[in-house]
Amino acid sequence: MEVLLGITGKDFTIIAASKAAMRGATILKASDDKTRALNPHTLMAFSGEAGDTVQFAEFIQANVQLYSMRNGMELSPAATANFVRGELARALRSRRPYTVNLILGGYDTITDKPTLYWIDYLASCAPVPYAAHGYAQYYCLSLLDKHHHPDISFDQGMKILRMCTEELKRRLPIDFKGVIVKVITKDGIREQEYEDDVKVVVP
Amino acid sequence: MDSLVARYTRPAYEEEGQSHQDQQELSRAGPELSLKFALPPVAQSASWLRAMTDDYSNPNCPIKIAHGTTTLAFRFKGGIIVATDSRATAGNWIASQTVKKVIEINNCLLGTMAGGAADCQYWLAFLGMQCRLHELRHKRRISVAAASKILANLVYSYKGMGLSMGTMCAGVTPQEGPALYYIDSDGTRLAGNLFCVGSGQTFAYGVLDAQYSYDLSDEDALELGRRSILAATHRDAYSGGSINLYHVKEDGWVKHGFNDTNPIFWETKLNKGEFSNVTSELV
Repeated sequence: MEVLLGITGKDFTIIAASKAAMRGATILKASDDKTRALNPHTLMAFSGEAGDTVQFAEFIQANVQLYSMRNGMELSPAATANFVRGELARALRSRRPYTVNLILGGYDTITDKPTLYWIDYLASCAPVPYAAHGYAQYYCLSLLDKHHHPDISFDQGMKILRMCTEELKRRLPIDFKGVIVKVITKDGIREQEYEDDVKVVVP
Repeated sequence: MDSLVARYTRPAYEEEGQSHQDQQELSRAGPELSLKFALPPVAQSASWLRAMTDDYSNPNCPIKIAHGTTTLAFRFKGGIIVATDSRATAGNWIASQTVKKVIEINNCLLGTMAGGAADCQYWLAFLGMQCRLHELRHKRRISVAAASKILANLVYSYKGMGLSMGTMCAGVTPQEGPALYYIDSDGTRLAGNLFCVGSGQTFAYGVLDAQYSYDLSDEDALELGRRSILAATHRDAYSGGSINLYHVKEDGWVKHGFNDTNPIFWETKLNKGEFSNVTSELV
């Protein structure tokens, strides 16, 4: 019941990931950060098999950073997405694949456009205007279908995200302990304050 | 012969003052007709049925039950909105795109069907019959609470025998006002303001919860019901076809069309700019 959400707008990409780290019937940690910054303009959020997730994310993070050091330039979000997909596809055909689902948010400083990639453990990769993984797909995609437009402002984006998290709080049977929200703009990645203790009622 | 005639020609008002025993007799909702179904000649008919129909564990099972639906109903100040899609699927096969999933029990009561198509169709028709009998016996229309309970008790009596249905009963009666009940084949019966049932329920909940309020206007409520079903037909492979929309008001229900989703989808996309992930670009 991990939640990953991504929303793009006019000049930003918002990534939200649930804060609960769950093992079986236990919440081990309620302030888990399921994201890794790959470079100043690309952020990866991950969910899936315990252990695999962080291993894979940090492996990717290290390699993307290595590329920047060697070449003195950033890998674009599109290039990063294709690299991640390639590594996942390679691992998929190995003896022990990574069971990891990803959302890759970025801001392309060359085309000056926000980007978002939806990647799953079978190494599907699709550029999308909004994305969700896990049970969040079932509740949030219909909501995003209705309320998302390509050129929304940041405030509108946060408003849509609020609708999504409130719906999840209302209908998901397990508490996911709220979400951590990060925003990628042309100025880089920043964490966004997000109030989690809003009371929601089931009508 | 005379005694027979006499028995059946009593004026109706004589029934008004009923003895205690008569009342007990009348309120007995039990089915009068025979419900002795032919059962397969095996010891455990329920598990045999499961083995024959469980598409999930055995894709080659000989009987594929028609499943998969989105239905929703919600209460608001103007009454109750009931909306459904119209697709019936049997496994991966779309068996029909023009199913009527709203059963008009009488002019004030509606039932919705999700789950096994045959189970729903049969038992809601049966419920309709019981409601009519109640009306004839008691000279007033059955309450939604009572109607839903007839169905709940009925399906509960078949619990574990493989019935599959998730239904809602919506209606307005002078005693209760607008009332909405959810009944499923586990035997659950819940009164509530808002329910979505079926494989597309989560998608409908997503859109509906975000904008639902009890104080919605009639037009907004109808549009929200329609849009919620559209959302589900777009994302759920087992929902689709047409949108069947009803508004239950104090003086009975009003039908608001049985409209194909495809033109509604493109109208919504092109006029309102929604569904922005649907593009003509090749990636």
